[in-house]
Amino acid sequence: MSVLASQALAQLAAAPAPSPVPASGSFSLTVWLVLLPLIGAAVLLLSGRRADPWGHLVGVAASVASFLVAVVLFFSLQGHAGDERSIGQHLFSWVPVAGFHVDAGLLLDPLSMAFVLLITGVGSLIHIYSVGYMSHDAGRRRFFGYLNLFVAAMLLLVLADGYLLLYVGWEGVGLASYLLIGFWTFKPTAATAAKKAFVVNRVGDVGLGLAIMLMFATFGTTSFVGVLGNADFVSSGTLTAIGLLLLLGACGKSAQAPLQTWLLDAMEGPTPVSALIHAATMVTAGVYLVVRSGPIFDLAPDARLAVTIVGAVTLSMGALIGCAKDDIKKVLAASTMSQIGYMVLAAGLGPAGYAIAILHLLTHGFFKAGMFLGAGSVMHALDDEVDMRRYGGLRKVMPITFVTFGLGYLAIIGLPPFSGFFSKDKIIEAAFDKGGTSGWVLGTTALVAAGVTAFYMTRLMAMTFFGEARWAKGAHPHEAPSVMTAPMVVLAIGSVCAGGLLVLGGSLQNWLEPVVGQSVEVGAHTISPTVLTLITLLVVGGGVAGGWVVFGRRSIPVTAPAAGPLVVAARRDLYGDAANEALLMRPGQWLTRWLVWFDGRGVDGFVNGLAATIGGGSARLRRWQTGFVRSYALSMFGGAALVVAAVLVVRL
Amino acid sequence: MTSFPWLTTIGLVPTLGAVAVLAAPKTREQAAKSVALGTSLLTLVLTIVACVRYDAGGSRFQLVESHSWIPAFGVRYALGVDGIALSLIALSAVLVPIVILASWWDAEDGERSVRTFFALILVLETMMIGVFAATDVFLFYVFFEAMLIPMYFLIGSYGGAQRSYAAVKFLLYSLFGGLLMLAAVIGLYVVGNQQLAGSIGSFDFQTLVNIHITPGVEKALFLGFFIAFAIKAPLWPFHTWLPDAAAEAPTGAAVLLVGVLDKVGTFGMLRYCLPLFPDASHYFAPVVITLAIIGIFYGALLAMGQPDLKRLVAYTSVAHFGFIALGVFAFTSQAQAGATLYMVNHGFSTGALFLLVGFLIHRRHSRLVGDYGGVQQVAPWLAGAFMVAGLSSLALPGLNSFVSEFLVLVGTFTRYRTAAVIATVGIVLAALYILLVIQRTMHGPLRAGLEHTPDLSLREAWVIAPVLAIIVALGVYPKPLLDVITPSVKATMHDTGTTDPAPKLPVAQEGDK
Repeated sequence: MSVLASQALAQLAAAPAPSPVPASGSFSLTVWLVLLPLIGAAVLLLSGRRADPWGHLVGVAASVASFLVAVVLFFSLQGHAGDERSIGQHLFSWVPVAGFHVDAGLLLDPLSMAFVLLITGVGSLIHIYSVGYMSHDAGRRRFFGYLNLFVAAMLLLVLADGYLLLYVGWEGVGLASYLLIGFWTFKPTAATAAKKAFVVNRVGDVGLGLAIMLMFATFGTTSFVGVLGNADFVSSGTLTAIGLLLLLGACGKSAQAPLQTWLLDAMEGPTPVSALIHAATMVTAGVYLVVRSGPIFDLAPDARLAVTIVGAVTLSMGALIGCAKDDIKKVLAASTMSQIGYMVLAAGLGPAGYAIAILHLLTHGFFKAGMFLGAGSVMHALDDEVDMRRYGGLRKVMPITFVTFGLGYLAIIGLPPFSGFFSKDKIIEAAFDKGGTSGWVLGTTALVAAGVTAFYMTRLMAMTFFGEARWAKGAHPHEAPSVMTAPMVVLAIGSVCAGGLLVLGGSLQNWLEPVVGQSVEVGAHTISPTVLTLITLLVVGGGVAGGWVVFGRRSIPVTAPAAGPLVVAARRDLYGDAANEALLMRPGQWLTRWLVWFDGRGVDGFVNGLAATIGGGSARLRRWQTGFVRSYALSMFGGAALVVAAVLVVRL
Repeated sequence: MTSFPWLTTIGLVPTLGAVAVLAAPKTREQAAKSVALGTSLLTLVLTIVACVRYDAGGSRFQLVESHSWIPAFGVRYALGVDGIALSLIALSAVLVPIVILASWWDAEDGERSVRTFFALILVLETMMIGVFAATDVFLFYVFFEAMLIPMYFLIGSYGGAQRSYAAVKFLLYSLFGGLLMLAAVIGLYVVGNQQLAGSIGSFDFQTLVNIHITPGVEKALFLGFFIAFAIKAPLWPFHTWLPDAAAEAPTGAAVLLVGVLDKVGTFGMLRYCLPLFPDASHYFAPVVITLAIIGIFYGALLAMGQPDLKRLVAYTSVAHFGFIALGVFAFTSQAQAGATLYMVNHGFSTGALFLLVGFLIHRRHSRLVGDYGGVQQVAPWLAGAFMVAGLSSLALPGLNSFVSEFLVLVGTFTRYRTAAVIATVGIVLAALYILLVIQRTMHGPLRAGLEHTPDLSLREAWVIAPVLAIIVALGVYPKPLLDVITPSVKATMHDTGTTDPAPKLPVAQEGDK
């Protein structure tokens, strides 16, 4: 292998960018990462009802098998030197047209490996949990088919070796989320939410699609090697345009402003779906896209600034919305928006932030998945109740859920030594270190939002697990079965340890370095890191105290009390939907209605009128139809006569 | 020409089958249907053999046949296929047996003859193969017009309540276009005759490509051909016959009408307008592109507003034809290859949609979207198939239409950037009109009266499964088709004297590694 690899490297030494080493040996397994869950999905969806008794087991097996392959590949990759950890697997020629050749090929490198482990690892845990969660649902087989499809699409997204194949995974993820959010299709709200998710994502896809077109027009190719390796030779204007278009794509998938509106509605899907969308797949795709396209953003500072602004705006919006929601899943969804905002902000900081963004993405993957599964466990215990005003005092009856959720809570608010501390603290630090006014604005935003996060998460904990029981009549909450609690425990361990393990000795930074480049050491910090950490902890402590004082020590009314304009706005998702409705939906409906009228009366009316005039009334026109072949023959004859006449004219 | 006349044979078999079907006694109607199906399958097999014999790297026109027909005017019975024509003949040959099987019981209720229905479909197949295979412009015109007759009867005799109106409207529009084209064909002949001194003139495509036409005349002749094709395709604003015709036509005829017949319009633009009138094509390109883009949005918005399922599918096609025309007139090999692939893909994706809509209507006897809801709960396979067909229509990557749509867009982008950007926004509307109809019919609570809706029958499953399989296969591995299409598109590009805009920064292609 190494001989082969070095030969390949020697051959490609002249190439402008480091080309991936052709896959051989265990790396030829790479394609199975995608194929296993894809086959799982096909089997589950095509085998029909007869597969109902065992379908979910196939689904779990496909996902776990993919995870095992990922582990094998991870260790194989570790056996290589840092700059040889980029493995390309060519599959087949996909779209071969003159001047436009796109091959289907996979790229396994440290960045995609990190994502693959997260997707298959956390994804498998969610699969296992779903066996219990969906055990009473008649559509469980179909559900697992969609889960497998989701994992397969996300894996294709992170493993593709070019932008066009990435786009396949990208929209595949959109499809899978559509199917899963709308899984309970009989609920009109679920069907609407699913459609909304897909359509809003499509708006983002327009950006990604146009970015790919611009890449082709500029580079003549859409592969990572061809585009990213040659970014140096392109004007910064073009790179900025590509960067902004990619950002639009990222905004759709990662639910960043202004395309954030689908995420809160996406809670209509079964809870494991939310865990999958928010932790392991989908919303992380935008962060992946930006980090993967690093060489473009590195050379386009304006695009990077836009990325940081989007991140900062979204993380503030998410935090604000999180404070006002009573629906436990919506609080968690808002927190996802906010946390992904942190990642996007970090990614927008360039080489200083790429690794930190991925670090936060991984730690978030653990604690957010854990908390969503915990929320599912609570709902499971209380007959699918999602209103936290109907919770309370659950820590006694659901101890495992309480502890695992609690550890996730400590991780997200960023208390040392839990995992969120390492990642979020670094993002705040990096934002301040950006320097200048923008550094101060971004850093302060991130810092304040950390306090708000602590506030609303404390509110969630207090309303759910503490205080007096406010359960609906007849509710008998109980701890979930072990098939559900086991994944929660594993994720809780991750919430505790992942951050420390990934940071220890700069392990993640070193691992990602061949892809994202060396983190630039800032000469002088804007604020000394130690001081900043203390300030951050103070702010977080303030948030926790505030949340506890307002919601932990007072009793919670069962109906939401009247509130000031800010809270009302936050309850309504900061009027994102209202804006879309007023600006796009209503004008669109009006235009559609008018066009339908116009098509019938205008275009068609003109034609019919013309016909009526010529034919002496449409009634007579209709009467023609019985004998029409005759007149048809007549016109053919007329045509033939014309030909003859013309030919005669020419002859003469 | 000593070689076996493949194209004539492929074209003739369906007509012979039609004669056999008509000759069958009324008491043996079921057997006649089997004959019809068998004939169409035989045609398919012959077409596959012809495809195998076709050499993608060979000369431009293959499987050629040429016989003198009307010697006085140099009209020849000349057939031959390039990759573009072959793909469309293959599309027709695949769709006809599917349509016959899908229409198995459709002609039963009416007073009109069941045998005639199937005979008409077979005759139509002959015409479709002829129109794509003709390399003599006059012969092409004859097939172009003759094609109307079986379709006129299919709509007028076997269609829905408004069938007479729809059939006449279809015929009038087509005749109007046809007459314009006839005038242009004659004009072309006259111009050619003046240049080809000492001969009786010619309608031969390749001869006519090489004649020189003065700019004013070229523009006029271009318009004659183009308007006929724009009506046929149809392009906005020539489209209003299509929703009526497609909605009133029996399902099988609608599949062939929108799936194949309309392609003659876009095929004609690519095959005849561009090579015969390259300068005029360039001159009018901005106008055509504008109409195409209007069509993309207009079709999409109207599809959203349609209460009638079949009209809805027809309007989605108006949007799709916008994409195809955009690709043809973008003058890049990516866009034109994409447009050609789009013609084939659209035949399958819209064909699948019409078939499934037909299955639905057959169950409830209503074309109204509002009469459905929650079908997924009672007929999951039907709903699943509808979903796949819909996703193909909205060009989901991994399915067939994506490759063609993206090629059209990326090819347009390199030459007409603004147009490509606007057209790309259309993909959002495509998602909307498909997902809206899926939500309204398949999702939500079950509508009263649908409780006992049966799922796909075995026959229906056999009808739809091959189409869906092709939809997936062409999305994952379109290479065989693209390999056939690309050389022909290059030849067309050559005829128009156009080369692709070079990328700003030429990088070694992946394919050149």
